[in-house]
Amino acid sequence: MKQKELLYFIAFVIFLIGVGLLQSWNVAFGILNMCLISAIMALGVNIQWGYAGLFNAGIMGFVALGGLSAVLVSAEPVGEAWSNGGIGIVASLTILVITIAMIFYVQKMFASPLRLWIIIMVILLGYWLFQGLFSAAVEQIESFNPAFAGYLGGLGLPITLSWIIGGLVAAGGAWLIGRISLGLRADYLAIATLGISEIIIAIIKYEEWLTRGVKNVTGLPRPVPYEINLVETHWFVDLAETINANPIAMASLFVKFCYFGLFLGVLAILMWFSERALKSPWGRMMRAIRDNRDAASAMGKDITSRHLQTFILGCAVCGIAGAMLVTLDGQLVPGSYTPLRYTFLIWVMVILGGSGNNWGSILGGCIIWFLWIQAEPLGYVLVGFITFPFEDNHWLKNHLVENAAQTRLILMGAILLMVMRFAPKGLIPER
Amino acid sequence: MDFVNAIVLFCNFVLVPATTYGAQLALGALGITVIYSILRFANFAHSELMSWGAMLTLFLTWYLQSMGISAGPLPTALLALPVGIFGAIAMALTTEKLVYRFYRRQRASSITFAIVSVGVMFVMAGLTRFMIGPDEQVMVDGQRFLIKAIEFKRKTGLQEGLAIKTSQVITIVVAVTMAGALFWFLYRTRPGKAMRAFSDNQDLALLSGIKPDRVVAIAWILAAILATLSGTLYGLDKSYKPFVFMQLLLPIFASAIVGGIGQPVGAILGGFVIAYSEVLLTYAYKRFVTYLVPRDWAPEGLLQLLSTNYKFAISFIILVVVLLIRPTGIIRGKVL
Repeated sequence: MKQKELLYFIAFVIFLIGVGLLQSWNVAFGILNMCLISAIMALGVNIQWGYAGLFNAGIMGFVALGGLSAVLVSAEPVGEAWSNGGIGIVASLTILVITIAMIFYVQKMFASPLRLWIIIMVILLGYWLFQGLFSAAVEQIESFNPAFAGYLGGLGLPITLSWIIGGLVAAGGAWLIGRISLGLRADYLAIATLGISEIIIAIIKYEEWLTRGVKNVTGLPRPVPYEINLVETHWFVDLAETINANPIAMASLFVKFCYFGLFLGVLAILMWFSERALKSPWGRMMRAIRDNRDAASAMGKDITSRHLQTFILGCAVCGIAGAMLVTLDGQLVPGSYTPLRYTFLIWVMVILGGSGNNWGSILGGCIIWFLWIQAEPLGYVLVGFITFPFEDNHWLKNHLVENAAQTRLILMGAILLMVMRFAPKGLIPER
Repeated sequence: MDFVNAIVLFCNFVLVPATTYGAQLALGALGITVIYSILRFANFAHSELMSWGAMLTLFLTWYLQSMGISAGPLPTALLALPVGIFGAIAMALTTEKLVYRFYRRQRASSITFAIVSVGVMFVMAGLTRFMIGPDEQVMVDGQRFLIKAIEFKRKTGLQEGLAIKTSQVITIVVAVTMAGALFWFLYRTRPGKAMRAFSDNQDLALLSGIKPDRVVAIAWILAAILATLSGTLYGLDKSYKPFVFMQLLLPIFASAIVGGIGQPVGAILGGFVIAYSEVLLTYAYKRFVTYLVPRDWAPEGLLQLLSTNYKFAISFIILVVVLLIRPTGIIRGKVL
C-alpha cells in the first residue's frame, strides 16, 4: 500500500476517535462494527464488479439470504410446529422439487409437439398437489402460538456457524440466479438481479412459516457474552475496578469489542483469500475477460462459466456479511431490507473505494458507513443553518428539520456523482 | 343473470384496475424507452423523476386547494399538472447538463451511464423525501367516482356492483392522448424525425446537421413529461408515497424490456402485459367461478394462483421468460 492510501485509513481512525471523544465510545464502536460488515459486503461486490465487471443490483437479496440462514441455524426449533405441519411442509416441498425436475426431464426427453402439453399437465398436477398439502401445513404451523412462535424455528445451533451456512445459501441462490441471468447484457443483468432481490425479500417477508415474516424474529443467541452476565462475573468486575471504570458502561463496550474482534477476523480471512485470488493467474484471467471478452474468449477461456464463478463467490461473501449483520442485531427484520440501503449504498462504497481494489472496497465501506450514520447529525446542523432566518416553530422550519435525516441520501448521491466524474478510479485505484 | 354478474365482477376487480395500472406502467415505460433510444442506457432514476414531478404537482394542488380553487368534479391536481411537468423538465435538463453531458462527450459505456443514474436517483430521492417527507399523502379530490357500486347495483338490479373511479377514466384518457401525441411527434414532426435518425445512426445524423444536444434535450423533455404524468396518475389512483416509486421501477423496466426495449409500441404493449398478468394471477377467482358453475360445484378454496404479496415476482418472472425465449422482446426491429 502506498503512503497516501495508508493515510486514508489513518484519517478514518482519527475521525472514529473523534466520534469516541465527542459523542461516545459506544457510538464509535457501533459504527466501527457496521463499517466492518459493510466492508465485507463491498468486498463481495468488488469481486463481481471489480474483477469481472458484472453489475449486480441484487445485493440486498443475498444479504437477506445470509440473514435468513442466521435465523434458520440459530433460532430454537419449535417442536410443536414441526410435529403439526413439518411433514406437510417437507412433503409439499418435495413435490415442488419433483415437479421442477419432471419439467426439465420432459423438456429434454420428448421432442414431439406433445411436449408443451405434457409440460402444462405436469405443472398443473404438481401445482394442485403442492398447493393442497402446502396451505394445510402452513396453516397448522402458523396457528400454533402465533404471538411467540408461529413458525418452524431454526436448528438451535451456534450462530457463528450461520456465517458459513449463510455464505453457502447465498452461493446456492447465486448459482441458480446466475444460470438464468448471466447470459444477459450488462444492463439487463442489473435489472434482472434487482428483480430477483425483490422476490427474495418478498419471500422472507411473507412466508411466515419460515421466517415469522413481518412479526420479526428477535432474541437470537449471541456468539459473545451478555452484558448482564458480564457485570456479575468476577474477573470482569475486578478488571473494571483496576482500570477504574464503571462496570456497566464497560460491559457494553466489551461486548462491542468482542464483536469487533470476530468481524475483524472474518474480514482478514476474506481479504487474504481475495488478495490471493486477485494476484493469482485466475485473477488475471478474470480481469482479461473483463477488459476484452473477445480476446479472452479467443484464448479459450469459457466466459460464461467464469462469470458464474465470480458471481457465486461475490454473492457468498455478501451472504456471510448478511448473516453477520443479523448476528450483530440479534434479530431479523424483513421490513428493513430496502434496495437503497442494501444494494445501491454498497455500490457507492465500491465505486468510492476504487473498483477492482480490495483495500479500496474496505476503505469505501468504512467511509460510506461512517458518513451514512454521521450525515444525520450533519443534516440537522445544515438544516438548522438554512432555516436560521426563520423564527422558531415556523411551519416550514419544523417541516424541514423533521426531514433533515433524508439529506443523507442527497449526500450519498453527490458522493457517487463526484467520484464518477472526477476520480472514476476511486480513492485507491486498481493496480 | 349469474353470467352477467360474473362479467361485472370480473370487470370491477380485474379489467378496470388492470387497464388503469397498465396505462400508468405504459407511460412510465415510454419514458424509459425514449431515454434508452437516444442515450442507450437503463435510467435507474426514472421512477424518482416520476416521484419528483408528482410531488411538485401535489405541492401546487395543496396551494390551489388552500386558495379555494378547484376543477369542479375533476381532481385539482390536473390544474397543477403543467407546473409539475415544468418542474420535472427543469430537473431533467439540469441533470443532463450537470451530469450526463460529460459522459455523452466521452462516449462512456452504457454501464457507466447506469451507475451515474443511480447517483442521480439517490439525489432525487433525497430531495423529494427532504421536501415532502416520507409519509403517505392523498392526492385525489373532487368527485371520486364516476359510477358508484351501489348506484350501479340499484339501477341494474344485479348482485355485483361496478365502480369506476374518476381517476381511472382520467388515467386511460390521458395515456391514450399522450401516446397518440408521442407517436405524432416522433413520426410526423421534424424534431421527432431527427430523434429517430439520431437513434438509428448517431454519426450519420450528426453528418446531416442534426444537433445532438438538441435531440438529447428533447428526449429528456419527453421523458420528464411522461414521468410526471405517470407519477401523478399513479398518485391520483392510489396515493402519493415516496417509497412506492422505487418499487415501481421494476415493473416499469420489465414493461419496457418485455415489449422490446427502444420500441414505443412495445413499451405500451409491455405495460399492459405486465399489468394484466399481475392482476390476473393474483386475483381470487372464487366468487367469479361460483357464479358460473352449478351450485354444488362451488369451489372451497380462494382459487388464487399467487398471493398478492408476490405481485413484483410476476413482472420479474415474465421479464426472465421473455429474455430467455425471445431476448428482443415482443416487438423486434430497430430501436425507436
